[in-house]
Amino acid sequence: MWSWVGHRITGVVIFFFLLVHVLDTSLVRVSPEAYTAVIGAYKNPLMALGETALVAAIIFHAFNGLRVIAVDFWKKGAKYQRQMLWVVLALWLVVFAGFAIRHLSLALGGH
Amino acid sequence: MTAIQSPRSGKIAPQYKRSGGSKGNFEMLAWLFMRLSGVVLVVLIFGHLFVNLLVGEGIHAIDFGFVAGKWADPFWQFWDLAMLWLAMLHGTNGVRTIINDYAEKDSTRFWLKVVLYAASAVIVILGTLVIFTFNPCPVVDGVQLPGGFCPAP
Ligand code: HEM
Repeated sequence: MWSWVGHRITGVVIFFFLLVHVLDTSLVRVSPEAYTAVIGAYKNPLMALGETALVAAIIFHAFNGLRVIAVDFWKKGAKYQRQMLWVVLALWLVVFAGFAIRHLSLALGGH
Repeated sequence: MTAIQSPRSGKIAPQYKRSGGSKGNFEMLAWLFMRLSGVVLVVLIFGHLFVNLLVGEGIHAIDFGFVAGKWADPFWQFWDLAMLWLAMLHGTNGVRTIINDYAEKDSTRFWLKVVLYAASAVIVILGTLVIFTFNPCPVVDGVQLPGGFCPAP
């Protein structure tokens, strides 16, 4: 039940981000300066935290989505759905920790 | 352990159907598409995040030249195109399901979906055009814009 709520919320959040992300990337078609200026505005600590939170949402949605797929298509999926949720959470923690350490040290570490 | 069956498929509990007529297998195909696109998106999105944010200098490397370098290669053009289309169709269909679930009034549901489909169409078309009409050395009125990737004259 809560995994479903989480899946739904992360799905919507990612969708709205994607709309904005296609728009900002489209600036490469306006001019090199426009794109680099807007991307430059992203490169601050607040956005770095935002990006990290977004990636946390994506990793959860991705792994939980694979779990949903396993429940639907794997014969024993429904039986092991609870154990698979723990696997999802464990994988989420490992992959997210790896991402966060690398991304935040690059983004906040200066240059 | 109870399995939850799709309450709006019409077969189990017709009173929950949100449309009058039969929709054929559209809902079943949409259900299948969510799962197939999900598997492919894991690869596309994790690859995208890894290459753009974790390799080399990560986010510091992203600027116009970075994008120009990637889209000079048909491999990344195709990668980004597939990601754009699959993620937008997957996300649009997911949000459609959510609208169907929570918007109970017929007219509210209708207008929310009109807005959703319009926004999605604009983004997919815009994104596709940008990937394919992208010019690493843009020239406006015969003058090169600064910051481009231009061949030495
Ligand atoms: C990373 C790979 C992804 C996987 C494995 C995945 C998997 C899934 C699965 C299996 C569903 C359930 C469909 C159903 O219950 O019928 C789903 C729903 C959804 N997904 Fe994804 N997805 C991924 C990426 C995305 C992206 C990039 C977006 C946004 C653009 C997104 C937005 C949604 C939304 C809005 C829903 C509907 C949630 C609901 O009905 O409760 N997903 N996803």
